[in-house]
Parts: sequence; structure tokens; C-alpha cells
Amino acid sequence: MTAHVAPLAVDLVSPQPERRTVLAVENLGLSLRNADGLLPIVTDVSFSIREGEAVALVGESGCGKSITASAIMGIAPDNAVITGTITLNGKVISGLSPRDRRRLCGRHMGFIFQEPMTALHPTLSIGRQMTDTLKHNLGLSQAEATNRAAELLDRVGIPRARDILKGYVHELSGGMRQRVMIALAISCGPSLIIADEPTTALDVTIQAQVLDLLDDMRRELNLAMLFITHDLEVVGDFCERAVVMYAGDVVERGLSDDVVRAPAHPYARGLIDAVPAHDDGRTRLTPILGTVPPVGQWPEGCRFAPRCARADAQCQTRPALEQHGRTDVRCWHPLEENA
Amino acid sequence: MLRYLGKRFLLILPTIFVPLILVFLLLRLSPGDPAGMMLGDQATAEQIAALRTQLGLDQPIWVQFLLWLKGIVTLDLGNSIFFREPVMQIIPRYAGVTILLTVVALALAVLIGVSMGLLSAMNRNKPIDRGVVTTAVLGISLPEFWFALLLIFLFAVTLRWFPVAGYNPPSAGLIAFGATIFLPALALGVRQSALMTRMMRSSMLDVLNEPYITTARAQGLPESTVIGRYAMRIAAMPVITVAGLSAGYMLGGAVTIEIIFALPGLGRMLVEAVGRRDYPLVEGGVLTISLVLAVLNLAIDLVYAILDPRIRYQ
Repeated sequence: MTAHVAPLAVDLVSPQPERRTVLAVENLGLSLRNADGLLPIVTDVSFSIREGEAVALVGESGCGKSITASAIMGIAPDNAVITGTITLNGKVISGLSPRDRRRLCGRHMGFIFQEPMTALHPTLSIGRQMTDTLKHNLGLSQAEATNRAAELLDRVGIPRARDILKGYVHELSGGMRQRVMIALAISCGPSLIIADEPTTALDVTIQAQVLDLLDDMRRELNLAMLFITHDLEVVGDFCERAVVMYAGDVVERGLSDDVVRAPAHPYARGLIDAVPAHDDGRTRLTPILGTVPPVGQWPEGCRFAPRCARADAQCQTRPALEQHGRTDVRCWHPLEENA
Repeated sequence: MLRYLGKRFLLILPTIFVPLILVFLLLRLSPGDPAGMMLGDQATAEQIAALRTQLGLDQPIWVQFLLWLKGIVTLDLGNSIFFREPVMQIIPRYAGVTILLTVVALALAVLIGVSMGLLSAMNRNKPIDRGVVTTAVLGISLPEFWFALLLIFLFAVTLRWFPVAGYNPPSAGLIAFGATIFLPALALGVRQSALMTRMMRSSMLDVLNEPYITTARAQGLPESTVIGRYAMRIAAMPVITVAGLSAGYMLGGAVTIEIIFALPGLGRMLVEAVGRRDYPLVEGGVLTISLVLAVLNLAIDLVYAILDPRIRYQ
């Protein structure tokens, strides 16, 4: 399914002018306050995204990807306690009031959700949802907002845009719904798009089209894009850099080519070995044994140690995220590069 | 949309006729002879028989039923046995009071229920939420008549803000009308408002967890728009359902309240008509209540269709 996506390697090879950093996340931690105290969900997540760059946030379900995204957007649950620093376009936003954070949404950050059927309002027309956003964020009149909404739908490849504006989400196909979601996310000219598994709920053929569209939008609008996924093929083809998370931690971080082809962390290696490949001779997949430990039951030291073949006594203490070879790795016994 | 409403309209017919047939049968099959009751203890058998013939009560039951059906179709519901004047003239005098009472009670119930429910949902698990929920449980547990007496004691007897009983029609002026309708409507509406409070709270809390609410927030829309437009549009649906049921319940419950507050309404009229075995008047009263209920349900279906486009296309 990858032939359609233009290889990003071209961008890396050609000399680039200094690219502005759009989003910088430093030592982000998130805990949920409940009756028993604080329950850590995410600890120590750091990465940055430059303009025109797609960065993948990879990991199994329950490793803290989506809640990291909600912390960046400022829409984390009310009982969340967030530490660390989030910087957007050079401005620290992590200390802002919820009201000011809300003002950044739409205008500076756009969000694309996994399941557009439930992420779009069921009983408000597509047009109403788009014009509400445009009118509020850009101060457009109803007529201007309607015209802009039609242009946006046109731009994301929706035919008969004027008719679709009058329609409702249940009347559209899955691919069309996600296109509407994309149009909504880019409608107010954000510099950052956060896409939370934007293709997981779609048919395979539609997935490719939606990925192409996202890639086009990133190039045309020079968008910084945080791409939350567990699909490693998407990571390799679509994202410049990758951040691998496990149990609330960043375990490996680097150029996605390096992370996908020659991972140093045993967990990243495991993820790749668990994906069927087209080209090598393997007939059996290698699963990662066990499951992600539930929140609140993380081991003391390396959180992956109970599932790791390379674990020893040293893994009882927590490793730091350190450079090893070409990537940053949180592991006492990183795999040697096999490139 | 028109097809949907047409279908809904057809469904009204059984809603009206099933209770009517039940009332027709129940009155005819129950013991007690209206002719005998009307003529009193001194009447001779001949006099009673003559009256029975005059009222058509000596006909076989299916003939009575057909005659009665014909009467409905021609809007001639016969004469009240007791009042000796056409039912169609008596009913409107009483129905207006009951309908106004129900409408005001429903408006109060929705107003209180929606605002308390929202207040509660917005302050989930805080003291204010617990207070509202506790009050709502208490409200649901109180019978109307008890609450009515409590209101009379507090606002009419002790504080003297409202009259104890009686009725001024709206033609007597809005303030005079309001003074006599407020306490009865509040007494009738309070349990329903408690139900709606709970329904509003739980449906709003459900809706706030929906992904499209997160989307609306992620689009930067202010919380007032997110709650007032995006969440309310969905959260209101179950409350509207409850409001429809409440209206039906209140039309029936109006009987007690009308008696306590001495309101000249349909409920009180029906109770008296049943006691007098005044068949035509009872049937006319039930027909009116069924009709009001059916129209109300149609109105609620219409509101559903406006709020939820998915219903229109089914």
C-alpha cells in the first residue's frame, strides 16, 4: 500500500533552509488524580516537530499516545495533572489558562480523530460544523464562512461541495467523512496538525487515499504534523522522524528510517518483527510476548523488562533516554545496529 | 419530512380510539344503571324503562357502539345525562383549564428540570451536584397531593402570596390568572421536574464523553457553544421523551390537583361524571384527553425530527 506515498528521503537529502520548530514537548508528564492520589499515565515525553515535518508517535494501545496528544491540545481530562513544558511557535503554552489554551485550538492546532463517524456531530450539518468553527475562529460572516467551507471541501477532494455542506455525517462514506474531518482541522490555518490514528477506522484502499491527502496538505501548507499510529509501514513511508512510546515512556526516538530499519530498543524491534513483511523470507511472525502492563502496575526499573529477552539485573533500575548509534534509546542493552 | 409526519399522524388514530373503546366497554359493563340513578329512589319501573329507551340504553351493545361511533364522526357526542345539554358545549368550559394547567406545569417542569440538570452536570461530584441530586430524589418520592398541601400551607396560608384555591381565567388578566395557576402548576410539575433533572444530568454527562464534543473543543469553540449547541442538541432528546410522558401523566394527575385547588377542570368534571354514570360526558372527556395527548405526541415527534435529521430519513 506504500507505492503511492512519495518517499520523504528526498526531503532529507536535499539541502534545506533552517526549518522553524513548531512544537516542542519537553519532559511532558501526565497523571490522573483519583481517590487514591496520582496515577501516572505518561512520564517524561520529549520531542519536537518542525514546519513541514511529520513526526510519528508509535506504540501499542494503552501506551499513552493519545493522552499525550490531548495534553498538547489542552483537552486532557479535568483531573489530569500535567508537568513539563509545551512550546508552540516559540511560545510556552503549557502554563496558559484553559481558556487561553482553547483559543489556540483550531487557529494554531488542528485535530484529526480516528473515527470520523463519531468525531463529527451526528445532527448538525457538515456546513454548520465548519461555519461555526470558521465564524468563531476567523470572525467570518455566515456567507464568507460558507464560501470558505465549500473551498475547503473542494480542496480535500470532495465533489459537489455545496451539497455536502447541507448533508450530515451519516450520509457520507468513511473516506468522505475523514476528508471532511481533515477540511475541518485545516480550516482555520493551523501550523500544527495532530492526527490520532487517522486511517485506522478506514478500508485499506481508502487509507492510502487519506494518507496521500494528508501528505499533500502537509507539503502545500507547510504543516507540522504529529501522526499517532501503530502502523509501522505508515511511519516509514510517511513520517520523517519517529518517537516510540511504551508504558508512558519514550523508549526510542530518531529518524523514522533508522527506527524502522534498525531499531536499537528491543521493544521497537519487537514491533517491527510482529508486522508481516512483503520482501523477506520469514513465514512466521514473532509476537511480543505478554501485554503492556496496565497503568499503575508498571515495574520499578525498565518498564519493558518483564517482556524483554535481553533483560538482566541491571534492568531493575530505570534507564535514561540516551543516544546510541543513530537514535536516542531508553535501554541498558540496546541492539547493535544491524544495517 | 412530510411523509414522516403523515405516518406519525396516522398513528394518532389508534392512540385516540383504543382508550375510547375501553371506556365505552367499561362504562357499559359496570354495574349501576344511569336511568335509575337519575330518576332517584321514587321512580317506577315504567319511568326508568322510558328513560332507558330515550337514552338508547335498551339497544344491544354493538348498536350503542355504532351509534356512538357515528356521533364521534359527526362531532355529536350527545347530551349529558346530568346537565341535559350537549357534551360538545360542556367540554370546552372545562378542558381549557386543564390544558392551561398542564402546559404551565410542563413549562415549569422543563425549566426547572433542564436548568437544575445542567447545573448538576456542569458541577459533577461537587457539593452543588450532590445537593441537586438529593433534592431530585426527594422530589420524585413526594406525592403531588402532599406537595400541593405543603405549597398551600406555605405560600397561601402562611405567606399569603397566592390565593388558597379558586380559578381566574386568562381573560381576567395575566396576573390574576398567574396567581391562581402558579401553585397548582408547581404542585403538578414538581415530580416531573425532578425526573427531568436526573434525565438532563445523566444524558448531558453521557454526551460530554462523546468524541464529537472533543472535536468541537479541539476546534476552539467556546464552552458555551460546545454545551449549548453541540451537547444540548443530543442531550435534550431523552429529556423531550420524558417531557412527553410527563405531559400525559400530568393530564391524568390533574384530577387530584384540580380537586385540591378547586379548579373547574376536566379532571374534576370527569370524576363527577363517572360518579353520576353520565356516559356521554365521560366519553367526551376521555376523547378530549386522548386528543390532547395525541396532538402533544405529534408535536414531540415533530421536535425530534427537527433536532435529529436521521429520524427524517428512516
